[in-house]
Amino acid sequence: MRKFDTKVQHLKYQVLREVAKEAWDDTLLENFLDIPKIIVPGDEPTMRCCVNKERAILSERVKMAMGGTRENPNNIEVLPMACDKCPASGYEVVADSCRNCLAHSCEDSCKFGAVYFDHDHRAHIDKDKCKNCGQCAQNCSFSAIVKRERPCMKACKVKAISAEGGKSASIDNSKCIQCGACVYKCPFGAITDKSYILNVIDMLKKSNDGKSRVYAVVAPAIYSQFKHAKLGQVVSGLKALGFHTVVEAALGGDMVALKESRELAEKGFLTTSCCPAFVAYIKSQVPDMLPYVSHNFSPMVEMAKFIKETDKDARVVFIGPCTAKKGEAKLEKSKPHIDEVLTFEELQALFDSREIELEKLDEDCLDNASYYGRIFARSGGVSEAAAQALKEQGIDFEAKPLVCNGIEECMKALLVASKKLKAGQMPEYNFIEGMACLGGCINGAGCLTHSEVKNKMEVDKYGKEAMEKSIKDAVNAVMV
Amino acid sequence: MIIQICIGSSCHLKGSYELVEKFKNAIEAHDLEAEVTLAGSFCTGKCNREGVTVQIDDEIYTGITPEDFKDFFKEKVLAKI
Repeated sequence: MRKFDTKVQHLKYQVLREVAKEAWDDTLLENFLDIPKIIVPGDEPTMRCCVNKERAILSERVKMAMGGTRENPNNIEVLPMACDKCPASGYEVVADSCRNCLAHSCEDSCKFGAVYFDHDHRAHIDKDKCKNCGQCAQNCSFSAIVKRERPCMKACKVKAISAEGGKSASIDNSKCIQCGACVYKCPFGAITDKSYILNVIDMLKKSNDGKSRVYAVVAPAIYSQFKHAKLGQVVSGLKALGFHTVVEAALGGDMVALKESRELAEKGFLTTSCCPAFVAYIKSQVPDMLPYVSHNFSPMVEMAKFIKETDKDARVVFIGPCTAKKGEAKLEKSKPHIDEVLTFEELQALFDSREIELEKLDEDCLDNASYYGRIFARSGGVSEAAAQALKEQGIDFEAKPLVCNGIEECMKALLVASKKLKAGQMPEYNFIEGMACLGGCINGAGCLTHSEVKNKMEVDKYGKEAMEKSIKDAVNAVMV
Repeated sequence: MIIQICIGSSCHLKGSYELVEKFKNAIEAHDLEAEVTLAGSFCTGKCNREGVTVQIDDEIYTGITPEDFKDFFKEKVLAKI
């Protein structure tokens, strides 16, 4: 069964797998320069103009798999050599498609006078006048006007990517929220997330002496992933890799739901804090909303903290769909609790580096959380959980959530809320649920397969399979 | 005495919650709060087909069910205090 959505993901996976293989064997330092040749062995190019370029770019990918550029604090990095410098010129008339018609609806629809005609009556767009409104393209009867934009820039709603002067893409770290949208959307794989797979392998190896134990905390989005196997087999696979045990981050979600709903009732207005990309956006772009961000940890950190309270020799690795979690893990407040972050893509590479075939393993079990903790993975879930937590705790407070699905909705809501709150007015909602990825974590950049609708159904189904039916029951079960 | 009850997935599904409640009640009933510390732990790596794993100080016992709790408590806890 196909494991990934795109060939770019598959290439990244191959590199991660080879790097991991060498690391397990303690041969990485001798052999890492040979990895590009293992992936592109022949003399004929398979992806680019020549094998030399392919291998040169693969060397860059190997570097990213080994942690990337240390001086750059951003976990998302451009590989300039891999960037195709796609056109980013905005609206343009495609010469062959323009029929030199009489109607000139392009000209009529342009409010800025940017459309002009040459002596053949063919339309052109004056770049200095064009405001990129797209009216001409919409009104052309021959679809002869296209928008030339770079897929990375289109994906980046916070406008952190620039391509000035037709150069390789570059990321403005002060604006980037590390959501990974560009990583998934770049058709050349020229933007990628740094991997800390080596740290995880090192931790797992060290735990062999029995002095430490590595816990895998898995995000609830996992249920919609690794569909070539059963969830219980994924758990077995993690243990085969050397993880001591597997715990649901969703239990951290249950814990957070109880605390966050109390915080909401106390403060009267709150935004969620579980999506690190959403929080990063508030920090850099709407800092006056910071006081309203929930002070609670994210489910990942909450769970890791709890595990370390039960086992002082625990090391905790979070495994999820998220590239922004790699940044969250490095924040001062998370550092003592969470040791490393892996994406599902990286986990697949780890499994295959050890030739672990999930579908052949026995099924282990995974049950720590309630339905509500599990649906944190999809848009609307945190709001549902908060309302339920208020009810279960008997708190007389009505949560009026505004579910923001994707960073664009978050940006709009934050802008409006910030204006109103500054003016001393209360918006018609009192709880902003912010999720940077469309559909929520189930559509995160580090997923193996992306699908807003199907993945939501899978996660809801998984939620309903939980043994504990209420948030309190799930949390009380571990509060010894 | 430290009693650690496994609260990992496998034991959870086999009733660790119920067992924790029984331990809590028994410790209270016998006035042992000062002598006994009750704690949870995510998997001691001794998952069993039946029942829950309980560690008392350095000794690990597997397969404890709510049904045999009374005898277990008498033998392994009360007798040793």
